[in-house]
Amino acid sequence: MFQQLMQAISLWALPVILLLILTVGLCKKVPLYETFTDGAKDGFKVSVNIIPYLVAIIVAISMLRASGLIEMTGHALAPILHLFNIPVDTIPIMIVRSLSGSAALGVFSDIAHTLGPDDYATKLAAIMVGSSETTFYVLAVYFGAVGISKLRYALVVGLIADFIGIVAAISVCNLMF
Amino acid sequence: MNYIFYFLIVISIIAGAINGKLTDVVNAILSGAELSVKVAFSLIGIMAFWLGMMKIAEKSGLVALIAKIIKPITKHLFKGVPEESPAIGDIAMNFSANALGLANAATPIGIKAMEELQKLNKDKSSASNAMCMLLAMNTAGFQLIPATVIAVLIGIGYKNPTEIIAPTLLVTSITFLSAITLAKIFEKFWEPQQVISDERENNENK
Repeated sequence: MFQQLMQAISLWALPVILLLILTVGLCKKVPLYETFTDGAKDGFKVSVNIIPYLVAIIVAISMLRASGLIEMTGHALAPILHLFNIPVDTIPIMIVRSLSGSAALGVFSDIAHTLGPDDYATKLAAIMVGSSETTFYVLAVYFGAVGISKLRYALVVGLIADFIGIVAAISVCNLMF
Repeated sequence: MNYIFYFLIVISIIAGAINGKLTDVVNAILSGAELSVKVAFSLIGIMAFWLGMMKIAEKSGLVALIAKIIKPITKHLFKGVPEESPAIGDIAMNFSANALGLANAATPIGIKAMEELQKLNKDKSSASNAMCMLLAMNTAGFQLIPATVIAVLIGIGYKNPTEIIAPTLLVTSITFLSAITLAKIFEKFWEPQQVISDERENNENK
């Protein structure tokens, strides 16, 4: 029942939003086609504006991932995390999830396929990946689009929240599984 | 950010040298640069689509209506953003799209919200408090259903993949609330934005 409801929400969310926007627009006599194309014009400009910011962030993070530092940090942290009963396999996810969404998902798929559905690490990894967003990417895209280069406290807040998220994931997973 | 950018690159080169992976690090520059352009270009179409839709929603008064409904909450979170600014409605739509897992819609709408906030921003090169709050909401990544993760779990034959929803929702809510609270706390203690006169701003841009 719950599962079906969730699937229905996933399936219908987008169509319902579109129907709502267009129907309200029509009722209010908004010229739909002209207004749409007028708004859509900016799509190219905004996307291109983001490029310099994305290049800075994505190149730096690609270099970091290629350098093997993430694995090194993982090895260094392993004994400490072992004390808290945290599986070593999930360490790369904790490090990488703020940096690269596709990498975090990749590590998660890897854990899921090698350790299988019943392993604690699979569940913990699933919760950590499912509850996070790639902080650096969001930062580059959202601030890049409007040309903000002085972040003030935005990154600090994002990273502390990510850390709280990791701690929360470990605690919740410990309690439930 | 200057230091982080420097740190990320320097430490990659040092770690690459230690691990004997310097070639990989150098190759990563090219692949990373390519990936950035790919990501940006893949956004163009969907960005145009949602910016078009949002324009309709804005003109029909739908965005203003949503803004009115959530006013009691946003009033506290986004102090200094006037009620009549379309930013509030956009922020609400951005949050809803994120919550429903519609990342393709959430990003363009969030960027539009950022643009509206930028119009109100006193110093165009630095992030206003409202912008930091919007970013905090987005980096926390609140969503009701972790669809991608569930898909992977189904793929490996996980018997009851939906059992992951409740704990994930709990964690994502904790993260989201912490992010908002942190943004509010930092807002008070961080050095306020400097109001730069137009002349100085122009010079800096050169």
